[in-house]
Amino acid sequence: METQQDLSAEINAIGDAYARAVKDGAPAETQPRLDYAPYRSSILRHPTKSLHHADPETIELYSPAFGHQDVHALEADLTIQHNGEPQGERIIVAGKVLDGDGRPVAGQLVEIWQANASGRYIHKRDQHPAPLDPNFTGVGRCITGPDGSYKFTTIKPGAYPWKNHVNAWRPAHIHFSMFGTDFTQRIVTQMYFPGDQLFPLDPIYQSIVDQDARDRLVATYDHELTQPEWALGYNWDIVLTGSKRTWTENEALGAAGDEE
Amino acid sequence: MSNQTTKLVPTPGQTVGPFYGYALPYEKDNELLAPGSPGSIRLQGTVYDGAGEPVPDAILEIWQPDADGNIVKQTGSLVRDGYTFTGWGRGSVGYSGVYTFTTVNPGPTSPGAAPFISVVVFARGLMNRLFTRIYLPENQEALAKDPLLSSLDPERRRTLIARRDPDGGLTWDVRLQGEGETVFLDFQ
Repeated sequence: METQQDLSAEINAIGDAYARAVKDGAPAETQPRLDYAPYRSSILRHPTKSLHHADPETIELYSPAFGHQDVHALEADLTIQHNGEPQGERIIVAGKVLDGDGRPVAGQLVEIWQANASGRYIHKRDQHPAPLDPNFTGVGRCITGPDGSYKFTTIKPGAYPWKNHVNAWRPAHIHFSMFGTDFTQRIVTQMYFPGDQLFPLDPIYQSIVDQDARDRLVATYDHELTQPEWALGYNWDIVLTGSKRTWTENEALGAAGDEE
Repeated sequence: MSNQTTKLVPTPGQTVGPFYGYALPYEKDNELLAPGSPGSIRLQGTVYDGAGEPVPDAILEIWQPDADGNIVKQTGSLVRDGYTFTGWGRGSVGYSGVYTFTTVNPGPTSPGAAPFISVVVFARGLMNRLFTRIYLPENQEALAKDPLLSSLDPERRRTLIARRDPDGGLTWDVRLQGEGETVFLDFQ
């Protein structure tokens, strides 16, 4: 089986080739490569033909609507879902969902899921020998505020071992799922923590070959958000692709979404 | 349209990974209306990888107008009250790579337009979500005039058109790679 050394050589070769291409005038890449062999499971799961350009039409210019009847406010606190306190470092993760023009995405659904402090997911396919936490499930949801803001209270997830190659470890991360005002803005991604030593080794993080783009997935430690004797604060803003819809005045002011 | 000129750079996507199964699915998530409701149909299909094997860890979302071509704008897409057509659904594939939705045939959103269902595909091993469309197989005239379909060669065009099942439902497969690879869309 392949070692980290093998994988790192592949990751570095792709990174070096990208750096040369940019130096020669190629545009900066902003999204992960769909064809990124160091993540072995992607080999048979990426389209080989280039994506076909389409102008979004009708239904694609709208998004499913969510509101406070869909999500309870307490679902944003992942530390109160059981009878006891979960183990680990309590954190607050907060930020804004914005569109490509910097407009807040108001009243939209944000879903998160993550491993516990030991790096264990509650999913039955995760059977590695780290303890489950009876007081932590690792799933949360919220609806963004009028200014596009979201805020979760949770536990800092641990690094997670996986089977891509021998001794493969994922940097600590929280999965995020977001909707925009247009269905074409739909995104699922992962938020990371600053200074993680596993970044250079991880083929999922490195599938975004541009350092500036990768940095956009890393939260910032925010002492203003930190609460005394309670939780450390991390800030992370999400920018969706630009909306193609012609907005009404109210929507442009961020008044779209739930009116309850 | 916005008057602002500074464009922000979008946040990169990442794979949905293997463990969305305890987070994204919810009760009746794949029922855009209650099964057995007047006009309800089954939409189903299989997600295949580049070796032609079913993908057992993919999750699809669909978003579509109702049978009259109206777009749902009310909140409540996570709540299935048994009566309201929500226009949006989320369906995980099973072990055999098969997804199922209960929905209606979408109507045309403007007179003469070819009705379609908007789709987004997520999977373990898929680095970023993929957008595509499912068109109804009827109304050849509308299909021929459709701007997207008419920009594709016939071989590829076929991948976006569902088959009509004997029970009135629709079957539409996703081929992530290789022969018959589904046309995936870039809206930027």
